[in-house]
Amino acid sequence: MNGIASPAVLTPASYKSAYKPIWCPGCGDFSVLSSVTKALAKVGVPPQDVVVVSGIGCSSRIPAYTSCYGFHGVHGRALAAGTGLKVARPELTVLVAGGDGDGYSIGGNHFLHACRRNVDLTYIVMDNHVYGMTKGQASPTTEPDWDNKLSPGGTGIRSFHPLVIALASGANFVARAFAGDPNGTAEIIAAGIRHPGFSFIEVLSPCVTFRPEQRLWKQHAHPAPVGPTDDPARAARRIMTDDGFNIGILYAGDRTPYPTHPGNAKRTPADLETEFEL
Amino acid sequence: MTARTTAPVATRALTSAREAVSGISIALAGSGGSGVMTAGTLLLDAAAKAGLYGLMVRTSGPQIRGGEAAALVRLARAPIDTLDDRFDLLLAIDWQNVNRFADEIPLDAASVLIGDPDEGETPDVFKSTGACFVARPLKKTAKAIPGSWTNMVALGLAGALAGLPAAALEAAVRDSWKRTSEALKANLAALQAGMDAASGIHGVPELPKGNAPAGRRWLISGNEAAGYGAIRGGVRFVAAYPITPATELLEWMAPALAKVGGTLLQAEDELASVNMIIGASYGGVPSLTATAGPGLALMTEGIGLACSAEVPIVVVDVMRGGPSTGIPAKSEQSDLSFAVSGLPGDAPRLVLAPTSIADCLETTQWAVELAEALQAPAIVLSDQFLGQSRAIIDRPADADFVGRRLTATANTPDYKRYRDTASGVSPMAIPGTAGVVYTADGLEHTEAGVPSSQPKDHRTQLDKRERKLLRHDYGRWWADIEGDGDAAVITFGSSTAAAREAVARVARMGLDVRLIALRLLAPALPERLAAALNGVARVLVVEQNHGAQLYRYLRAMYDLPGKPASFHRPGPLPLRPGELATAIVEWTNAGVRKKASA
Amino acid sequence: MSPAVKKRGRATTPAAGKAPRAASATKPRPVPGRKAGANEPARHAPRTLTEFMAQAWAMEIEAAQRYTDFADAMETHNNLEVAAMFRTMAQYEAKHAEQILAEMGWSEPPVVQRGDLRWPGFEAPETAPIDEVHYLMQPWHALQLALAAEKAAERFFRELARVAPSESVRHAAKELQAEEREHVLLVKAWMKKVPKPDPDWANDPDPARYTD
Repeated sequence: MNGIASPAVLTPASYKSAYKPIWCPGCGDFSVLSSVTKALAKVGVPPQDVVVVSGIGCSSRIPAYTSCYGFHGVHGRALAAGTGLKVARPELTVLVAGGDGDGYSIGGNHFLHACRRNVDLTYIVMDNHVYGMTKGQASPTTEPDWDNKLSPGGTGIRSFHPLVIALASGANFVARAFAGDPNGTAEIIAAGIRHPGFSFIEVLSPCVTFRPEQRLWKQHAHPAPVGPTDDPARAARRIMTDDGFNIGILYAGDRTPYPTHPGNAKRTPADLETEFEL
Repeated sequence: MTARTTAPVATRALTSAREAVSGISIALAGSGGSGVMTAGTLLLDAAAKAGLYGLMVRTSGPQIRGGEAAALVRLARAPIDTLDDRFDLLLAIDWQNVNRFADEIPLDAASVLIGDPDEGETPDVFKSTGACFVARPLKKTAKAIPGSWTNMVALGLAGALAGLPAAALEAAVRDSWKRTSEALKANLAALQAGMDAASGIHGVPELPKGNAPAGRRWLISGNEAAGYGAIRGGVRFVAAYPITPATELLEWMAPALAKVGGTLLQAEDELASVNMIIGASYGGVPSLTATAGPGLALMTEGIGLACSAEVPIVVVDVMRGGPSTGIPAKSEQSDLSFAVSGLPGDAPRLVLAPTSIADCLETTQWAVELAEALQAPAIVLSDQFLGQSRAIIDRPADADFVGRRLTATANTPDYKRYRDTASGVSPMAIPGTAGVVYTADGLEHTEAGVPSSQPKDHRTQLDKRERKLLRHDYGRWWADIEGDGDAAVITFGSSTAAAREAVARVARMGLDVRLIALRLLAPALPERLAAALNGVARVLVVEQNHGAQLYRYLRAMYDLPGKPASFHRPGPLPLRPGELATAIVEWTNAGVRKKASA
Repeated sequence: MSPAVKKRGRATTPAAGKAPRAASATKPRPVPGRKAGANEPARHAPRTLTEFMAQAWAMEIEAAQRYTDFADAMETHNNLEVAAMFRTMAQYEAKHAEQILAEMGWSEPPVVQRGDLRWPGFEAPETAPIDEVHYLMQPWHALQLALAAEKAAERFFRELARVAPSESVRHAAKELQAEEREHVLLVKAWMKKVPKPDPDWANDPDPARYTD
């Protein structure tokens, strides 16, 4: 299943495991899984050199559905685990994946600092504006007036705007994708992987079970009217004034990524003793 | 009093509970769209209307919708809180992946297996039990009544086999109906068709008529009961973060709190929720949150803060399979060690555990009262089995557990928040009160609340925080002590009901065993347990976890007579009365042989 | 009396049922800019026969993959009858792809760059949209899906036959259009053999459950 040797030519099928996802039929996450496999095939890195790190939730089930190495961690901490992994093993390709609840609520703090740190990771959030796994509570990106059991009548508070936060905090690549456009999403993910530094891709991924009205998203999603900019101010203005459905790479900067190539060891541990010697 | 027989007790009589039919166990299974959960709920409701008691446990596959599912229902004439050792009937609307539930639905040669001949082969794992298979074309029957559903046929069939009156089944369906009246008519017809299909099927014991009063009984889950208990105890602020299997407790409280003038706030994570309730409680409002193992782990630092700053909070931990993410939708009693000792520093706290679904109400209410009275954090160890199962219970009596915090009056001269009193409890100033302003602190502090690293202050405050818990009179609620005998079974939480049934079974064979179900786990009360164990020569500690956590805790904190024994098994399967009864007998026989050979 | 049952006021609606009131923020502000795919066939029609047939091949492969994904999802959700149908459809699409390879004399699949492909909409016309399935869907629904996909493919080729700049491409497009027309008729015939779904096919009395 996961242990196939890399074939001479890597195709999307090379990155899919034999495990069938338990996502509800119609879930946007199927599309994202397909996009991830296409992106990895396009980039051409062998599955054993890729690690998919996730938290808890429906979207976070994704590692087992790929034939890459996977780390299914605890709720909200995927970015922290992914950061540690990438800094310790910089030659690996590290994808961090999860949902909006996992990533923006409990994971919010780590999200801010991952953007600041700008480690060369690719963070894919499957945003469906709801906590799916626990049966339908409002997430940070849920609209303020969405009625649900935990917050009857809606939370009443402004929804989170991850793209702006990412941009302001230091992410080097900010994009919005749509699960209804798997090929487009694959392109964006491939670009994100290739782009140095922290690449953040928010994928609008409808939840057919708890947010069936999101099937209307495919009528609203459209390519962004202009291409990416490397000017944070211009990107900020665009992101803050768009309709929430601009699909594409919105910002691709040249912020210095976190250095992950420590110098070669020039000393042995024993050399450290000199400091203590009398 | 010693065992009435000194000879080893035969174990075979324990495996059949059918001598004294204390109930009937029915499993309804099927996959997506078959509606078995609904059917199970209606079956339970019909039993309630028929004057019976019952319990329903749900189990399902990993899919969010459409997966395989089973409703496990036990009905009886008296309140029940545990599943039996076996099922009298397994009725499957279809067999898709139902074999996954084989371990949870034990069958034997006396069981009846009903399947739809159009829905494929009965899985071998069920056939090989020797259960008697009967075919009934449930789907065809429903199709013949346009607008009706298969689960209604199943409901009628199962209900009739159980001996439930048609009127009760019909009433259950009517009461639950939310759709059109044509659909209701069709489904009542399907219900009747199901009842008719029962004729010719033998082997399912019929329940004798129930005689429980129609009024003053409830159909409730442990999560709901805990939520209501909290409100009864005075909780008016809840911070919530969803986690399986506690989410429903929080969801139930959201509108309930609003009705009584309280507030529920959805937090961004468990670190936030525990600190939010500390803040609200510091402000004078009794507060609570609910979570499961992984969430409790995150709340650790907060619980320590509540301990050190002496701010009352209640954290309900609806335990699930651990460790880490574990088995979220299954029950286990494996957070005990963490609850009683998992805090940095010497941090005494209250730990309570409800012993049944009904008890979730009283114990949570008591936890609020204790937390408020003792200005300390209280952890309530519920679990997935109690939390998510539904039972018919007698309306619990009103208990006088209402949180009463000792607060400071305005302008108290020489007010010291953390004054070293004899009881250990010092009046707490509530913001808004004049003349008694103070700063609460997690740092160690003087009696006045000023941060201090002095040995005297540390000692004084540690003693105070410990003393206040130990000096309190916990009354008779700290444990349920039942029966006599020189042998005692000690247990807690959801294992209590199975242990109680096991003890009853062995008593019918002449073996007297005392049952001690601990409701208050921390602080340990050595004198009271010693009194409870008066005359007991040996104890068996029963629990549902891998590490024998209660056994080790008791051995650490108490002097137990003789050589204490442990019966422990991890989740996901619940402990069953039969296996506990067998364990008790084997343990007794071992003791008898020892005596004989001595 | 039955709180567990009554509390299902928030039961979800099926994909084909009516959606609840969409929350306010899902309504976007109008933004200038083109919708995906407008005028695509004319502006980006393949110039050569090779390019066109490679695109057609990619279409069949994508459709096959999509039906396979659907089959897997249906299987996981215990809807075996529809799973089997989607597998059959996947096989047909795979066969069509092979036929293209045979016709063109290609021993290896063509390399198709993403940039070469232009569709009206985000995905190829023959690829059924990912959100058009439901765990309780019935065979008739699956065929509806296939019918829509084949019709969309036929429309696409018809348009291409009209506007493609090169004669060889227009000719090939017309042929493929005729083939898709065949497929449409096949699906329609198949549909006649399956029962129409009941109006409450999407009814699931049980609520969603959580597992994490």
